[in-house]
Amino acid sequence: MAAAQTAGAPALGRDEALALLRTMWRIRCFEERVGKMYRSLQVHGLIHLSIGSEGVAAAVCGALRADDHVYSGHRAHGHALAKGAPMDRVMAELMGRSAGVCRGLGGSMHLVDTDHGLMGATGVVGGNLPLAAGDALAAKLRDSDQVTVAFFGDGAVQAGHFHETVNLASLWELPLIFVCENNGFAEFTPRSAHTKVQSVCDVVAPYDFERRTVPGQDVPTLRGAIAEYVAAARAGGGPLLLECLTHRRRGHYEGDAQG
Amino acid sequence: MAREIPYIAAVNEAIQLEMVRDDTVVFYGQDVAPSDDDPLVQAFGRDRVRVSPISETAEIGMAVGLAIAGYRPVVELLMAEFMLVAMNQVVNEAPRLRYMSGGRVKVPLVLKAGYGFTAGWAGQHTGSIYTMFAGIPGLKVVLPSTPADAKGLMASAVRDDNPVVYLMHYLLVLEHGDVPEGEYLVPIGEAAVRRAGSDVTIVATGWTVGKALEAAEMLAAEGIEAEVIDPRSLQPLDMPAILESVQKTGHLVLADQATRHASAASIIAAEVAEHGFSSLKAPIKLVTAHDATIPYSEPMEAYVLPDEVKIAEAARQALGTAPVTA
Repeated sequence: MAAAQTAGAPALGRDEALALLRTMWRIRCFEERVGKMYRSLQVHGLIHLSIGSEGVAAAVCGALRADDHVYSGHRAHGHALAKGAPMDRVMAELMGRSAGVCRGLGGSMHLVDTDHGLMGATGVVGGNLPLAAGDALAAKLRDSDQVTVAFFGDGAVQAGHFHETVNLASLWELPLIFVCENNGFAEFTPRSAHTKVQSVCDVVAPYDFERRTVPGQDVPTLRGAIAEYVAAARAGGGPLLLECLTHRRRGHYEGDAQG
Repeated sequence: MAREIPYIAAVNEAIQLEMVRDDTVVFYGQDVAPSDDDPLVQAFGRDRVRVSPISETAEIGMAVGLAIAGYRPVVELLMAEFMLVAMNQVVNEAPRLRYMSGGRVKVPLVLKAGYGFTAGWAGQHTGSIYTMFAGIPGLKVVLPSTPADAKGLMASAVRDDNPVVYLMHYLLVLEHGDVPEGEYLVPIGEAAVRRAGSDVTIVATGWTVGKALEAAEMLAAEGIEAEVIDPRSLQPLDMPAILESVQKTGHLVLADQATRHASAASIIAAEVAEHGFSSLKAPIKLVTAHDATIPYSEPMEAYVLPDEVKIAEAARQALGTAPVTA
């Protein structure tokens, strides 16, 4: 499916473009440093870097308020920083220190920073999806205009949790934005080995809610799309799905054979 | 003021009272109040009382998200086995997030299901699988055996800031018992002494509590006074109450509807063997279901389950008044 360009997307102003670039750059520097620290044994365990998908994190999280909630997965460092989590406290978490955002008890795959709306991240692929839907339901029950974003990869789409969550989000009309970072890989195998349905948008087509594929490296288009989505969800128009075609430049986890 | 009502009514009464008391309590599940005429829907509206499709992972996962975002969901799962469909949410998400976030989020929710319906509902609907949940840090598990406890434990479960697996016993739903009116709470983690005695301690859960009491009557006719203890919660487990009783009687029988290595009996036996060894005058006896899938055939179903005859015999063996069988 050809990438859809957002017709008439306003060009990014200079300040906004610089802010997005700054966020992306911070994520990139942070992740490269984490990689080095991993190799020098200061960061341990199972680490998944966001190198290559900084644009999605910056554009999506940059369009959200502090009280909008985000649920992510194992590859959450970029989402955390873009949502406003302090860099030093995220690094401390990766180093297992008590100054970390989770007091050193969660680690890389389970980053939480409730001060900035990062409410959960799960190490089990797709496990965050129904949580995000529940959170969106809470926002709806409260009659608030908060929106909830669920970040996930293309690898999560074939599992039951995705389909069940999509069904209920659609049935109950939840203010939930599904953001799929489709880098064409799930762990160590390409998408074509996982499913015959190449586009994630096509997977949710029967539910007939707003869905779009955008190039994840085209930050202005991404920014325009997510701004429309957030406005729609705040006005009661959820759920919505944004499929971002992006890249994973390192292995699935640091130290694996693909890295 | 107590009055006699059936177990199932006591459970529902607790849910209603908690929903009146606290606006953040929501209740949903498969077949929950399908009609808008249902009293729960009339009282609380469709926002707070919903039917959900057969989607256990989403039902339970959404409860986790609702809880993180400030609500207190009670999810009707009907049968304990249906939680198995969503084990990631039950074991790996709900109970772990509070800890892994360094306490920054909490997950107050109740997973309500029935278990043990050994009335011909066969292999996949009759299990006593509570120990699959009882060993998970962060997850509480309660097994009410009386209508009063059914009410009190549900109220406590709703008010608890942790995820609670609330397992009601399907064979007990029509059992009548005295239940206090109005607000009534039973603390989670506190055992109840159902019958005082000094010769042998019998610990039983759920439906086996009634069997243990019947066994105690049989034993009393033989001059043996059994003390029957109902833990009521499996996690946290009131070991001090059990150890205190074993110290008094010196003999322990553990009755459990679960299969042996998946039983609360095995867990309690290990605890007493380690912490109550000096109290014991005889080896601990376990009376559990046979290690078999529950058969559909009625006599075979009865054969694999514990009953009052087996429990009484185990007590006699513990006391040395019957030959110990292998």
